[in-house]
Amino acid sequence: MQTHQYDVVIIGAGGAGMRAALESSVRTRTAVISKLYPTRSHTGAAQGGMCAALANVEEDNWEWHTFDTVKGGDYLVDQDAAEIMAKEAIDAVLDLEKMGLPFNRTPEGRIDQRRFGGHTRNHGEAAVRRSCYAADRTGHMILQTLYQQCVKNDVAFFNEFYALDLLVDHDLSAGNVRPGEEVNVIGVVAYELATGEIHVFRAKSVVFASGGAGRMFKTTSNAHTLTGDGIALAYRRGLPIEDMEFFQFHPTGLAGLGILLSEAARGEGGILRNADGERFMERYAPTIKDLAPRDIVARSMANEVREGRGCGPNKDYVHLDLTHLEPAHIDAKLPDITEFARTYLGVEPYTEPVPVYPTAHYLMGGIPTNVEGEVLRNNDDIVKGLYAAGECACVSVHGSNRLGTNSLLDINVFGRRAGIAAAEYAAGASFIELDDDADPAADVVAQLEEIRGRADGERPSDLRKALAETMDLNAQVFRTEDSLEQALADVRKLARRYRNVCVQDKSQAYNTDLLEALELGFMLDLAEVVVLGSLLRKESRGGHFREDYPLRDDVGFMRHTMAYRRPLDDNGAVGDASGPFAVNSAATDHRVVIGSKPVTQTRYQPMERKY
Amino acid sequence: MSDSTQTPAKEVASFSVTLKIMRTIPSDEPSAGYGAPTPEPTSRWDTFTLTMHGTDRVLDALHKVKWELDGTLTFRRSCAHGVCGSDAMRINGRNRLACKTLLKDLNLTKPITIEPIKGLPVLKDLVVNMDPFFDAYREVQPFLIAYGVEPTAERLQSVRERARFDDTTKCILCACCTTSCPVFWNDGQYFGPAAIVNAHRWIFDSRDDGAADRMEILNDREGVWRCRTTFNCTDACPRGIQVTKAISQVKRAILIRTH
Repeated sequence: MQTHQYDVVIIGAGGAGMRAALESSVRTRTAVISKLYPTRSHTGAAQGGMCAALANVEEDNWEWHTFDTVKGGDYLVDQDAAEIMAKEAIDAVLDLEKMGLPFNRTPEGRIDQRRFGGHTRNHGEAAVRRSCYAADRTGHMILQTLYQQCVKNDVAFFNEFYALDLLVDHDLSAGNVRPGEEVNVIGVVAYELATGEIHVFRAKSVVFASGGAGRMFKTTSNAHTLTGDGIALAYRRGLPIEDMEFFQFHPTGLAGLGILLSEAARGEGGILRNADGERFMERYAPTIKDLAPRDIVARSMANEVREGRGCGPNKDYVHLDLTHLEPAHIDAKLPDITEFARTYLGVEPYTEPVPVYPTAHYLMGGIPTNVEGEVLRNNDDIVKGLYAAGECACVSVHGSNRLGTNSLLDINVFGRRAGIAAAEYAAGASFIELDDDADPAADVVAQLEEIRGRADGERPSDLRKALAETMDLNAQVFRTEDSLEQALADVRKLARRYRNVCVQDKSQAYNTDLLEALELGFMLDLAEVVVLGSLLRKESRGGHFREDYPLRDDVGFMRHTMAYRRPLDDNGAVGDASGPFAVNSAATDHRVVIGSKPVTQTRYQPMERKY
Repeated sequence: MSDSTQTPAKEVASFSVTLKIMRTIPSDEPSAGYGAPTPEPTSRWDTFTLTMHGTDRVLDALHKVKWELDGTLTFRRSCAHGVCGSDAMRINGRNRLACKTLLKDLNLTKPITIEPIKGLPVLKDLVVNMDPFFDAYREVQPFLIAYGVEPTAERLQSVRERARFDDTTKCILCACCTTSCPVFWNDGQYFGPAAIVNAHRWIFDSRDDGAADRMEILNDREGVWRCRTTFNCTDACPRGIQVTKAISQVKRAILIRTH
């Protein structure tokens, strides 16, 4: 075992982690630990752009952007956070340009902007050109640009290190730490993939920037490595996780594969059509049609398929039609995604419509934070020195449905804020001493050795496949009480089988078999919360649609969901757990206790959401 | 994405595939770190015969082996659609991304050979040590160098200026180009195509003032002049970057520079 000491340790080297690192590393001694080489992070797969009210090509302002974000999130957005994001978006884009990001340009040489789903002029009048972009590889360019700056600033990376535990000075998992009591972060335990060695990173501040969890679904745009590790680590250590039932299904995944085709395709004029060739979005969102927010478009597509108007031999997808666009325009604005269609489906988008179907894309929920990125351990108290930003965090700027481009914005705005806050806190804080008698890595080592040492048992791939199948079947775009009960039973059965998981690779070096087993454990923990949250939320809002409760219910459910993992013998309520949010559900070896947190509303009163 | 059962757009029937994979078992010696002599690992070929479907890719076949037959098979992968650059490998003797290579596009009457990319130390099976590759990348100062007063809004750049370096911004640092280069195989000190591509990306960016420094670095004996214009790199690039052309443009820029 090796021990390291850094003022700030950042977990994850995608956009949020590297943006945080750029701030933190110029202020204090910082390390970034990443399960991948930084340039492999999934920020690089983002395509369409990053919205900011630059007003480079038409009138726009940050207040309209705030409104769109709040409405897009079906009013579950914390409006103070959304306002900060929309205001700071402008500098966030300009900062990236000054770092050298090659944005597409207007004829005047300024940053060009294009339309994107749910982004409108003057509170919904018409689509507005707000998305700043670099062809259809904006995320790639953001990831590259941030990495370049990290190289320039000589940021310390620990590549292919997996964070496997979070160390804090109180055991929060028992649920008996009183409100108001000071809780401090101590550090992180990580596993070095190349050698199998355990590393303890002592830190004054720890920033989670570990990304999403889309791999719990079968059809997903997410990388194989997006298994919710950071969120699950926080949850296992007794921290709440917020709004996990809100998962975004992106409308245009390549049919059967889930590979993302950017909303920019529709921003540039692409049209969704059913088997009759009808532009069906005109029926569902008469004003902005194909550029309605993702939850609405995804549901509309799934509905077309359900009602028998799907395309193809099995009528199980719809068409994305780009054939009316000039090939030169497609090449200039959408080169990568049209190549995906050619490579993976053998479809030529110049002349043929592209088969598409919704794909699990983005987790709106995550580790709850305030607007400085500080992690909450209940509705009011933070853990001192602990921060989160990006998809693993829930601040909550996305509410129940994220608008396109707002994730690249989120990672830049809140990655930056978390990096600054973590470094400034560390400057005035001391390292918390480790308990001399206790081995801080004991839990992790025991877990690794238990799995590695088991001679026979369940194969991780079998369990993972079953998990992804039940999530797709029962907890996807359309959900009901019955389907969710089925998903819960399946997930819990798989979790019991997981207790006997075994791996074939018993070696130390590059044991990816072992890591996949660990990742599966994280996903099983989170899937249970996704399903339980979906069950208790007996309403439809944003990305969460209950066929048995198809309307939004602001009286009952205008609340954030806060889920805690607690011991089996714990019966206490958590935080604000009145009415429908008093759920206390026992699994084999733990309970999930669910409470709620108020939504912060400032300027905008909830209205019916029409487009 | 990998084990799809939904109907793909164009149905291709199931077929049988034989993979011949170069396996390398790491030595038990503890690693002495980058630069130290690596103890000889042991290598062998393993053969697997699988039933695959439709538009399955080489990555799907590797996953099928790992998940159903042999959990010890080790390779890197992440995004699975050709944008993260993790799964560069030598497939039938050519550098490709496993997630971008469809099985049906290969000759399935013969075994498909899969080896680690060449010229970097093999650590385990298809996993190589990427440190020398990223070290070369870092040496070309792959970041904006701009002198003078920073503007309050964005720096202006015309559409034409932006287009000059568009091709080389597509690089995902997968190392397909560098590890396809015979010069790199024989001389590990050579910067290699990927580092030059990333220097090109800045040398031809109108906002950047660091071109002279980068050209000085690449005018080194291990720099651009080692390139023998074999075009392996261009063939290998999964992003379609005209790598050899970019290297030639850097060579020309060095020759005609005025300082």
